[in-house]
Amino acid sequence: MARITAGVATSHVPAIGAAIDLGKTRDPYWQPLFAGYDFVKQWIANEKPDVVFLVYNDHATAFDLNFIPTFAIGCAERFQPADEGWGPRPVPEVIGHPVLAAHIAQSLIESDFDLTIVNRMDVDHGLTVPLSLMFGQPDAWPCRVIPFAVNVVQYPAPSGKRCYALGKALRAAVESFDEDLNVQVWGTGGMSHQLQGPRAGLINKEFDNAFLEKLVNDPDSAAAIPLVEYLREAGSEGVELVMWLIMRGALDARVLERKRFYHVPASNTAVGHLVLENMSAP
Amino acid sequence: MPVKKPYDDIPGTTVFDADRSRQGYHLNMFCMSLMKAPNRERFRAGERAYLDEWAMSEDQKQAVLDRDYNRMLSLGGNIYFLAKIFSSDGLSFQHAAATMTGQSQADYAAMMLAGGRSPEGNRYKGEKQGG
Repeated sequence: MARITAGVATSHVPAIGAAIDLGKTRDPYWQPLFAGYDFVKQWIANEKPDVVFLVYNDHATAFDLNFIPTFAIGCAERFQPADEGWGPRPVPEVIGHPVLAAHIAQSLIESDFDLTIVNRMDVDHGLTVPLSLMFGQPDAWPCRVIPFAVNVVQYPAPSGKRCYALGKALRAAVESFDEDLNVQVWGTGGMSHQLQGPRAGLINKEFDNAFLEKLVNDPDSAAAIPLVEYLREAGSEGVELVMWLIMRGALDARVLERKRFYHVPASNTAVGHLVLENMSAP
Repeated sequence: MPVKKPYDDIPGTTVFDADRSRQGYHLNMFCMSLMKAPNRERFRAGERAYLDEWAMSEDQKQAVLDRDYNRMLSLGGNIYFLAKIFSSDGLSFQHAAATMTGQSQADYAAMMLAGGRSPEGNRYKGEKQGG
């Protein structure tokens, strides 16, 4: 049977991808940030996940205003890194897991989560920056990836409560798949940031650190945070944090925290990162 | 009964909701067209003529020509779509963010390095005297 062994959370700031692609990770500005990801690179090399269910958001790349799916699951065999206006990132193509993705889609829809099924889409920095942070710059990504795009661009995003419940249904879906697979769930985006208007540049360290603590040790209360509180406290783009709750919902109530990291700034954004293991995992 | 918008009292923030998305549809789809290099070239060669191909309001077109991002936000623009404009101009997110806050890019970058804009006094409209 397939099982969810661990969850990873990370911000997916595009400037982090640019720093990797341009060989700037040891620059004084970037070095402290990348040092925060040394642990996960070692850890994941040992964990060797077969599949990553990668929760992210598209940034007006694959989805424009013609279609705005709240939850979209990528069921294709492969996904190309998107050209976001300055050429695609020089990273490997993303290999999907269409059989598991189709199983999850059917299971989640039967559990009352009305997903949009996507059989063709390019993936932007929201998906490829986390892969680069965990795996560095390999010739091919070492695992299959199921992209799961959440609308956080047009208000309202799905609530934290809804995302958390989806994570729980996702776990049941994965565990009802017969093949023996090591699956990780990643939640990406955040932490506090605002990219627009006179309040741009907002960073809320207190909110972010309280969120990290709640997400790990009191996920029910993290899930209860209303959308307007994210907007007010963590900035208009800080609402991306609801995506971390899908990851958390897919894990045990109590988890083993292997890594917690927080850094300000990466460009306009506060960066957070967690590595959580399921205690029930073998 | 109108939809409740509890986020409308957040200062300096334009939340891109369904009403703004409807208002900004053509503006944002114009922005999206700049993802393609041939369109960027045509836009650069004649901005006004290119804008006239879109069913945008005159105010929206003028805000684009003026590169007035706060005005574009107020007319239904979304920042991830508007990013296609400043990217076409060869400018960074940090540059655009600085212009929206009325700071120089150097001052804005220094503020971010020092930990960003504090939420204190920035949660509710009218919270900060004269702010």
